[in-house]
Amino acid sequence: MQCLFAVAVNTFRETLRDKILYNLVLFAVLLIGSSVLLGTLTIGEQARLVNDLGLAAINVVAVIIAIFVGIGLVSKEIERRTIYTLLARPITRAQFVLGKYLGLALVILVNIGIMFAMFLATVRLSGHPIHASLFQAVELMLVEALLVMAFALLFSTFSSSILSATLTLGIYVVGHLTSDLKMIAEKHASGVIKSLTATLYYVFPNLETLNIKGQSAAGISVDLGFQMIATTYGLLYTGLLLVGACLIFQRRDF
Amino acid sequence: MDAITIEHVTKVYAPLWPWHRSSTVLSDVSLFVTKGEIFGFLGHNGAGKTTTMKILLGLLRPTSGRVDVLGAPAGDVATHSKLGYLPEAPYFYDYLTAEEFLEFYGKLAGMSHDAIQSRIPILLEQVGLQEAQHRQLRKFSKGMLQRIGLAQALIQDPELVVLDEPMSGLDPMGRKEVRDLILTLREQGKTVFFSTHILSDVEMVCDRVGILAKGKMLALGKVEDLIDAHIAQSIEVVCDGVIGKQIEPVQRLALRILQSGTRCLMVLPGHECLDEILEALRRAGAKLVSIIPHKGSLEELFVQKSHGEG
Repeated sequence: MQCLFAVAVNTFRETLRDKILYNLVLFAVLLIGSSVLLGTLTIGEQARLVNDLGLAAINVVAVIIAIFVGIGLVSKEIERRTIYTLLARPITRAQFVLGKYLGLALVILVNIGIMFAMFLATVRLSGHPIHASLFQAVELMLVEALLVMAFALLFSTFSSSILSATLTLGIYVVGHLTSDLKMIAEKHASGVIKSLTATLYYVFPNLETLNIKGQSAAGISVDLGFQMIATTYGLLYTGLLLVGACLIFQRRDF
Repeated sequence: MDAITIEHVTKVYAPLWPWHRSSTVLSDVSLFVTKGEIFGFLGHNGAGKTTTMKILLGLLRPTSGRVDVLGAPAGDVATHSKLGYLPEAPYFYDYLTAEEFLEFYGKLAGMSHDAIQSRIPILLEQVGLQEAQHRQLRKFSKGMLQRIGLAQALIQDPELVVLDEPMSGLDPMGRKEVRDLILTLREQGKTVFFSTHILSDVEMVCDRVGILAKGKMLALGKVEDLIDAHIAQSIEVVCDGVIGKQIEPVQRLALRILQSGTRCLMVLPGHECLDEILEALRRAGAKLVSIIPHKGSLEELFVQKSHGEG
């Protein structure tokens, strides 16, 4: 376990020293700018729009970090050949993969935490109420980022950085359209298309389950049961992807 | 007991596409390294040295054959706590300082915080980097990276040290320091397995060598034994007052004759014909200047073996 945490801490430090937290400045400018610009609107609309913009910005930043830092987690170690000296140490390949994942998960957690704190401060300073639904939305965003990052890590264990990024982005887009796939499966007459779309619906992650931004921005909370099921679904899917990444990495030659 | 046993190891890279050819990087390679020995692994670029080392560390799996490291099959993670590795032209995390870097590798080796803290200054002094303790690796020169790489390989005081081209990128002073460091490791009873192109280093520090070419093991043994067995000895005779080519035994037996005025240099194939030549020179009135036995070198052996003449 000491090895796993050593890799995680090193990944955390590496990512922070890559100046990843600079995105927070951009985020702050966006938040403050939007709340000033929306100042002319009526009170109800203004609160909803500030919430909408803030949550969307947190979501986009978290997913971008998950994808673009996630794909480099393993592939950068291979390209720079730092992997040789690491794996020559008493560390299993699975510990290495999980350590890398844990390190970036920590970065995303810190990043989302800071962004959310800035967002709440903006909401409060704008004189709007802070709804519990905002916390629910951010929790599911974190789960989504962890899931997307697991995809990025899985792809990077066997493909190049560009291919990994493309595949992960593809999964992210399709993941938000799976309900459309289900609709096609239900409405289409052709048996082949019906079964194909149904298969895709069940194989791809349903990322819309983790997206409650719309109603949260309006101050409407979701049922806690749903929240727990969605979180468990996201984390289980992430766990499966990590097992897959470890298995693939186990078989690799360097 | 052997620290490393490699038996009939072959590594073939399967083609990525059906129209590509498979490539054999190692072919039936066998060698052993006993504990406490310094073993030099010689070969041109692409001979298969790095591949062999990667197999030892479990970074690559052999297509066939058996590899044991410190009594366990290669790739057994538990034995990695007893070995250190420096790859060729190492590249490390450039945002870490030398101290943080060694701390990270110490933790990976399973060392306690206190053990790491007491080991770091010793290692930095050993590789001559005390001044750079708090400097980020991105500001290190190639030679300094090589030194810090050596330090990480030795962080947990390992039993076996595997070094891939440890002298590359170092100036003559740095090379001497690495050589001394390897000799110190031997004094401490460590086993060192290292590859190099620099033959003089091998002759100076190695107990035994292995010569690899195109994935095949061409020679294995003590440097002197290999030279004696494979390289012909010769004798260089220099004398004054004669024209070498005009003396019949010289013309018949010498491998080479160089004449400069009345001074003649001749290279004889061995000491068997020396008496006959000296007798003939004396009769011709020559004045003997020197007789130098010419011992074969590792370089000759390496060139001969790697060109497939052996």
